[in-house]
Amino acid sequence: MSDPTEAVVQGSAEMAAGTAPPTGRGHVTRHPSPKEYLRIALILAVITAFEVAIYYLDLPHNILIPALFFFSVIKFALVVLWFMHLKFDSRTYARFFVMGLAGAVTLFLVVLMIFGVFRG
Amino acid sequence: MASHSIDTPTYESEHVGTSTGLPNLKLAMWVFLGSDCLLFGALISSYVLYRGASVKGPYPADVFDIPYTSVSSFVLLASSLTMVLALAVIQRGDVGRCRIWLLATALLGMTFIGGQVYEFTTFYHEGLALSTNLFGTTFYVLTGFHGTHVAIGIVMLLTLLSLTFMGKITQENSETVELVGLYWHFVDIVWIVIFTVVYLIPSASGPR
Repeated sequence: MSDPTEAVVQGSAEMAAGTAPPTGRGHVTRHPSPKEYLRIALILAVITAFEVAIYYLDLPHNILIPALFFFSVIKFALVVLWFMHLKFDSRTYARFFVMGLAGAVTLFLVVLMIFGVFRG
Repeated sequence: MASHSIDTPTYESEHVGTSTGLPNLKLAMWVFLGSDCLLFGALISSYVLYRGASVKGPYPADVFDIPYTSVSSFVLLASSLTMVLALAVIQRGDVGRCRIWLLATALLGMTFIGGQVYEFTTFYHEGLALSTNLFGTTFYVLTGFHGTHVAIGIVMLLTLLSLTFMGKITQENSETVELVGLYWHFVDIVWIVIFTVVYLIPSASGPR
């Protein structure tokens, strides 16, 4: 994967050469192509179809539930990293989002532990 | 997917005048989305906490139609694709195509909302109201909040679409499309969690 710094340097070079978009406050950066987005979307669709398919299998809950969680985490990550561009953007955005997400997960676990949900 | 995934130069604005070197609005949107995670975390926690605690039906297995809801999920996933394509094309300066993808996203969002309304109506006719039991309360509040987020997203998309016709959305201010896109994708990832936790993960048919 190209170094984002290289992309910015290239962008600056393009601006100097007059091939970048003519603006005073912008720079050229790199993002996935539409084909890449389509590929991600197909992966998401396949995973969703798979999730629904395993729902109908008579799997024990101690296999089904972790499997469903695993697939939903994969889908979550794909959308956040590619569609929301977190993979290609500043880490500052990720820090703020992950803080909220970590808070939500912590809240989820603490509330459920307090009320003994995991004791079954 | 390899290193060649980043293969197309596009334009992205950057406000160099900020103390962070990052666009303030985009940073604010990410902070907002982080806070919205907490809201949905609380609602999902409430649903899971009271799962199986209803003393009378209808219960989830009595009302859920997984194939129907799966189609809704596919619709919302497709809308995420169209949204990111709208951003991709406006960052390349193609306003015309951006309008098409924005309209597609809004239509898919409306389809999802329509599906939710139909689903809620069906559940209601099957005897599941907001105050019927704990399942009804937590389910409707959680999915209702999500549906409201989707509805607000649709309003934002249609507003954005109008702005493109007024010539106010260009390659230089494509950040506006990006901000709406971030919100829309967040709505999608919340549904990914809701679909799994509420619909797919089996719950007891009756009281624990």
